[in-house]
Amino acid sequence: MKKMLTAMALSAMIATPALQAAEEVNIYSFRQAFLIKPLLDAFTEETGIKANVVFSKKGLLERIEHEGRNSPADILLTSDIGPLFDATEKGLLQPIKSELLEKNIPAKYRDQQGNWYGLTSRSRIIYASKDRVDASEIKSYEDLADPKWKGRICTRSGKHTYNLSLIGSMVAEHGEAETQQWLNSLKDNLARRPQGNDRAQVKAVKEGVCDLALGNSYYFGKMITNEKKPEQIEWAQSVNLIFPNQDDRGAHMNISGAAVTKYAPHKDAAVKLIEFLSSDKAQQLYAEVNFEFPVRNGTQRSELITKYMGEFKEDGVSLQKIAELRSTAAKMVDKVGFDN
Amino acid sequence: MNARLNAEINTSISNPAGLWRWFGSTWLVALLVALPVLSVFYLALFPKENIWAHLADTVLPVYIITTLELMIGVGVLAVGMGVISAWLVTMCRFPGKKYFEWALMLPFAVPAYVIAYVYTDLLEYAGPVQSALREIFGWQTARDYWFPEIRSLGGAILMLAFVLYPYVYLLVRASFLEQSNSLRDASRLLGCSPLQSFFRISLPIARPAIAVGLALVSMETINDFGTVDFFAVKSMSAGIYDTWLNMGNLGGSAQIASLMMFFVVTLILLERLARARQKQFNSSDRFKALDTYKLSGWKAVLAWSICALPILLGFLIPVLILGSYAIQHLDQLDQENFLTFAGNSFFLSATAALITIAIALLLAYSKRLYHYKSLTAAANFASLGYAMPGAVLAIGVIIPLATFDNSVDGFMREHFGISTGLLLSGTTFAIIFAYSVRFLAVSTGAVESSLSKITPTMDMASRSLGLSPMQTLLKVHLPLIKGGIFSAGLVVFVDCMKELPATLILRPFNYDTLATFVYQYASDEMLEECSLAALLIVAVGVIPVILLTRTITSTRAES
Repeated sequence: MKKMLTAMALSAMIATPALQAAEEVNIYSFRQAFLIKPLLDAFTEETGIKANVVFSKKGLLERIEHEGRNSPADILLTSDIGPLFDATEKGLLQPIKSELLEKNIPAKYRDQQGNWYGLTSRSRIIYASKDRVDASEIKSYEDLADPKWKGRICTRSGKHTYNLSLIGSMVAEHGEAETQQWLNSLKDNLARRPQGNDRAQVKAVKEGVCDLALGNSYYFGKMITNEKKPEQIEWAQSVNLIFPNQDDRGAHMNISGAAVTKYAPHKDAAVKLIEFLSSDKAQQLYAEVNFEFPVRNGTQRSELITKYMGEFKEDGVSLQKIAELRSTAAKMVDKVGFDN
Repeated sequence: MNARLNAEINTSISNPAGLWRWFGSTWLVALLVALPVLSVFYLALFPKENIWAHLADTVLPVYIITTLELMIGVGVLAVGMGVISAWLVTMCRFPGKKYFEWALMLPFAVPAYVIAYVYTDLLEYAGPVQSALREIFGWQTARDYWFPEIRSLGGAILMLAFVLYPYVYLLVRASFLEQSNSLRDASRLLGCSPLQSFFRISLPIARPAIAVGLALVSMETINDFGTVDFFAVKSMSAGIYDTWLNMGNLGGSAQIASLMMFFVVTLILLERLARARQKQFNSSDRFKALDTYKLSGWKAVLAWSICALPILLGFLIPVLILGSYAIQHLDQLDQENFLTFAGNSFFLSATAALITIAIALLLAYSKRLYHYKSLTAAANFASLGYAMPGAVLAIGVIIPLATFDNSVDGFMREHFGISTGLLLSGTTFAIIFAYSVRFLAVSTGAVESSLSKITPTMDMASRSLGLSPMQTLLKVHLPLIKGGIFSAGLVVFVDCMKELPATLILRPFNYDTLATFVYQYASDEMLEECSLAALLIVAVGVIPVILLTRTITSTRAES
């Protein structure tokens, strides 16, 4: 027993590698390690550069900030525009000039100064019950405020970053006062107190708790292909996907992205990794692991996405603006008492 | 009288240099341990904007009421389950009692976030329970019937109470075991029924133990984020994270966290104040077996059921469900580095347990040596980390470590032209430091109470025979309190095994513990993928838990 414990303790200490080996790149990631592992493996195979990861959904920006010029982090990998914007504001990033990146990634999905680059995009869409909602009944986010949906809508917490960015896009379009009215009416239409994740909302539609649900587009892919939990395939089959506002500004979009830190010790490797992630092959792979849309011009969308989602019009509002409005949106959620 | 005599002896015997050595090291260690909490206070001085106006206008009442409801709910349930089960297995004899003695501690090994995920899977609409009900009654949709919503305040209270009541059970049982027969006999002779005697004698004597247990439970409850977040319960910790992450106002969230901490500390101080005039002297007859009530018939059935229920709900059901998932994922044992993760968890937790015990001994012993108020203050001050949410505390750990690293680096660059980089930040040291800060309160409480049971005459005898205070500690006290120290270490160990937010934020590259591995899947509602790791956390926690109960039972002669 004692020997085994010593062995375990030893292995624990060895598992902390000295970070000085030849070519490496250090990633602080807001995305789970298992989601990005296939890509990083492909990167290492192609370039010989080893990728090290720390994953956490909070606290990483503070870590970079206080570690200062000695921070080992080269790259910040996020699942949302929020942290990219915050890191830029705090001066934690360095602008990257790369012709390749500028060619691969459309201007609306990267920072004009080159502080951050979007890698995949997703839309916040409306999932509507096939049985109880005619697809022509709901066309826009604004329609969600219509009293005819009273007690028929489900969503996760208004404070979740996905909803905050949607609310931000409404503020950008309509201003604060009008958006607050909209949010108030939306709250009145809720079937239940906001709870669970996006997937749970679609499930609630299937179960008859509500008829409409707000959710990110990739959840559909995750559910419809879920062989391990076949009940999720049924949830996905019970809904129509509605990309809102196709007649005006387009559906609300958000991105996952990457940025190089200000004091990156392996800056070249970091740029190489982002460039790799913007390549055609990686874009397909990165988009496909999570059923998102590749941001790269001309990269083929996956079969599944082409089949179920087709082409749609994207809201062109700047992501910068959306990120700036997050705090306004969060306060609005409190004012309306959206989650109570 | 005793205390004054003791103090006089100490000050007259020991030289001033010795005093300063103990005094200095105690305060130095206390300050080091308090650094993260002080860093959070510091952050609270610089909010991005004043959040209170907005909070007071909008959600503050909801946060406060919800937090109070949560604390009261969990507190009442945990004390109820803990005290009644402790009394039954200590004072009564009924079938199965021997097993219940240790089995009642088992839920302690289950992390709150794991039990929350498991019960959601079980009780939600698509789960087996509701599916079966629909099958039986022919209901079609959720609109056809009512079923309690697990993702609610009530659900969160139940989840937390089931895994936290063992704190109360552990402490109260130890207290019951120490109680003397004579008081209870006297009450029975004076005509009390067993129940009356329980309320008039046993319960009041156990009050300090209940209070300490309740304090631990309350602090764990107020700190919890995983469960309340998953259940969308709007408690103060939801407010902390919202202010930090959504409004980008870390200073504001540090203010809420500090305020919450003062709230808990005030509660604890009030309780101590209420108890200050109470003095208890137990005639020490712990070598005489306790007289126990023999239960039979329906009373035995009732006692058995009362003890079985928390074990069933807090341990057996979650473990069986995790087990049924894990069996389908046994192949992960080859693919994933489970042994490395388990090794990491073990190494971190064991080291942190040793360190907290050492610190607790220092704090408690110097308090015993020199009865200065400031030493008591140092000990209390060092324990504050327990009342702070883990993720906020992690930021509090990052700040002093990074400042230290960068200062050393700057100095070395300037004078020797070499860069030392980050020495402590982003290493396992940071995690162990965070654990020690967070769980010191658990071990100081236990070490202090064991130490206080040793009569001062022991110290006097040992010192007059020429031993130094240090030698007295090592040769006299340590052997006497090793049981208490061992239990304290085990509790800290299990707490560290379950700790999540600080581990997640502070860890080195490519470093996983069992808890972080569970989280990356469970947070995406993929419980099955991580069931094996979750089960391992429980399994590793169960061993110390069983050892723990053994140590406590052995403090009293068998009947």
